[in-house]
Amino acid sequence: MKRLTLLALWLLAGSALAETEEPPYAFKPDTGNQASLQRGARDFMNYCSGCHSLKYLRYNRLGKDLGIPDEMLKANLMFTSDKLGDPIVSSMPEGSGNPAAPSESEKWFGRQPPDLSLSARERGPDWIYSYLLTFYLDPSRPNGVNNLVLPSAAMPHVLGDLQGWQTMEKPAEGEPQEHHKPKFELVQPGSLSPDKYKELVGDLTNFLVYAAEPGRNQRLALGGPVLLFTLIFGILAYLLKVEYWKDVH
Amino acid sequence: MAIVPNPHKTTGFLGWIDDRFPLTKIWKDHISEYYAPKNFNWWYTYGSLALLVLVNQLLTGIWLTMHYKPDEAFAFDSVEYIMRDVPWGNILRYLHSTGASAFFVVVYLHMLRGLMYGSHRKPRELIWIFGCLIYLVLMAEGFCGYVLPWGNMSYWGAQVIINLFGTIPVVGQDLVYWIQGDYTPADATLNRLFSLHVVALPFVLVGLVIAHLMALHEVGSNNPDGIEIKKHKDPKTGIPLDGIAFHPYYTVKDMVGVAAFLLVFFAIVFFAPDGGGYFLEKPNFTPANPLSTPLHITPAWYFGAFYAMLRAVPSFFNTQIWGVIVMFGAVLLLFFVPWLDRSPVKSIRYRGPLSKIALALFVVSFVMLNWLGMQPTTVARTYLAQIGTILYYAFFLAMPWYSKHDRTKSVPDRVTA
Repeated sequence: MKRLTLLALWLLAGSALAETEEPPYAFKPDTGNQASLQRGARDFMNYCSGCHSLKYLRYNRLGKDLGIPDEMLKANLMFTSDKLGDPIVSSMPEGSGNPAAPSESEKWFGRQPPDLSLSARERGPDWIYSYLLTFYLDPSRPNGVNNLVLPSAAMPHVLGDLQGWQTMEKPAEGEPQEHHKPKFELVQPGSLSPDKYKELVGDLTNFLVYAAEPGRNQRLALGGPVLLFTLIFGILAYLLKVEYWKDVH
Repeated sequence: MAIVPNPHKTTGFLGWIDDRFPLTKIWKDHISEYYAPKNFNWWYTYGSLALLVLVNQLLTGIWLTMHYKPDEAFAFDSVEYIMRDVPWGNILRYLHSTGASAFFVVVYLHMLRGLMYGSHRKPRELIWIFGCLIYLVLMAEGFCGYVLPWGNMSYWGAQVIINLFGTIPVVGQDLVYWIQGDYTPADATLNRLFSLHVVALPFVLVGLVIAHLMALHEVGSNNPDGIEIKKHKDPKTGIPLDGIAFHPYYTVKDMVGVAAFLLVFFAIVFFAPDGGGYFLEKPNFTPANPLSTPLHITPAWYFGAFYAMLRAVPSFFNTQIWGVIVMFGAVLLLFFVPWLDRSPVKSIRYRGPLSKIALALFVVSFVMLNWLGMQPTTVARTYLAQIGTILYYAFFLAMPWYSKHDRTKSVPDRVTA
């Protein structure tokens, strides 16, 4: 009975989250920070790309935008292809999409690990940042971990050795769910300090924001000059209007 | 009256053309000697802004069509191809997607201006009706364009909108299959919506815009005072005393409006093209997936009001058709405004409190309904949507009464500044 109540509360908490769609941690991306993007690319290729593709991003576009020379790109970041123009795919077997005949990856995880090219635009940077920070130990799950922003996530905590392993304090019964702030406790420290781990997750999130729209920096840089031009045009147009309208009484 | 070739007696190369094609005549009739009231305020820039946005949509649309693939398997990928591999493709797409929202903003304000100053009244009923048709086609165009990226919201949006036809008794379900060309929105649906979006509807839209302008130039523009400037003409020249040539006076004035509009428009295009998730919805960054319904299926924001009405009407006799009728009725009502309005004066400036309150309530309820249409439903919000729907309908249906019995002020003979 108690477990049922807990489950009900859990579902409530889940639906409350879904309703507001507000992840617990905020992250402000800065795709102008090239060093952060380079670190994010390095960490993505080493920790994520085994399962997750970035199929809409090409290696050489990544190299060009992030200031990584082709040779360095080939030597350090390209694990699935040696062609610079190729998109970043993972070595995970292709999903079949058919529950009757699941592919290897679907057998392992229950689903094909999703492509992450657009996750920063679909979920938002806050969500990704929070997702990677809120894995917690949950013996009821097949992987031994659960996630706060994606309950029953199929993904194991790949970065667990870096972050360490944490537990989440379950909300007390009867506590108002909306104001519930999750409390995490690190029970086994990882190889990174909590601050260093947050930096790593921040870089990864930043990189995924870049990957979701590689033209973002160019677009943002263009905005100022375009607005300035429009403003000058507007001032001239206004002066012209005043001049012409002197005849109108 | 027979057509007189070259009525302006031009000579030289221009004369050669004018003997064969009414170039000077068109220029003078519609631009340089089209006399518009001199008292236009800034509300009058939205017409030319709508034209500007139309041109933006046509031009960016042509270039997007060069790279887009209307195929279930490739549509989503081709949009990302535009965003990443096509030079300036992301800017082109943002100009187009933001342009769609801008179109509705501008058109809504243009329509409100018409309602405020009585621009729908005699002799401008046909201008108003052409305008309503433009709005109707624009909604169809917006819907088709919304589906093309074939993201998950596109897919489910298409599902919801096309299934509205399924509420029609007897033939409904077959009609849905016929429109979709399949049992669910699929490749055939995408292809036909693409065809409508880039060929049929723009064609009709441009034709209607021309008709709208021709009707306008035939009778002349209304103005914030709602009086006819053609009543007082210069006896020698026949030019209205309160009229000024569209060019150069309003072309230069509209340029200022264009600059102001573009400042806002470009700020969104370059700094916030997602429009906070309202111009480009988050679930649309994942490909169409018939097995995964987005948490809240919301239409584009500019359909919010109509979607809210659809959801506000409960089902009776086991059918949802009442909501669909109310929703389409809300658009159809617009066509009758010229005859629903019985006020002896045109402009809001000379109308009494009843008309002013009615218009204010209408604007508030329309904005509220738009907002509600984008929110997940709750009991309270459904009540609000029902109140909003009633207010929306009351504005039109009670118009013959309140516009007739309202106090009015005396209308000046000549336009005021």
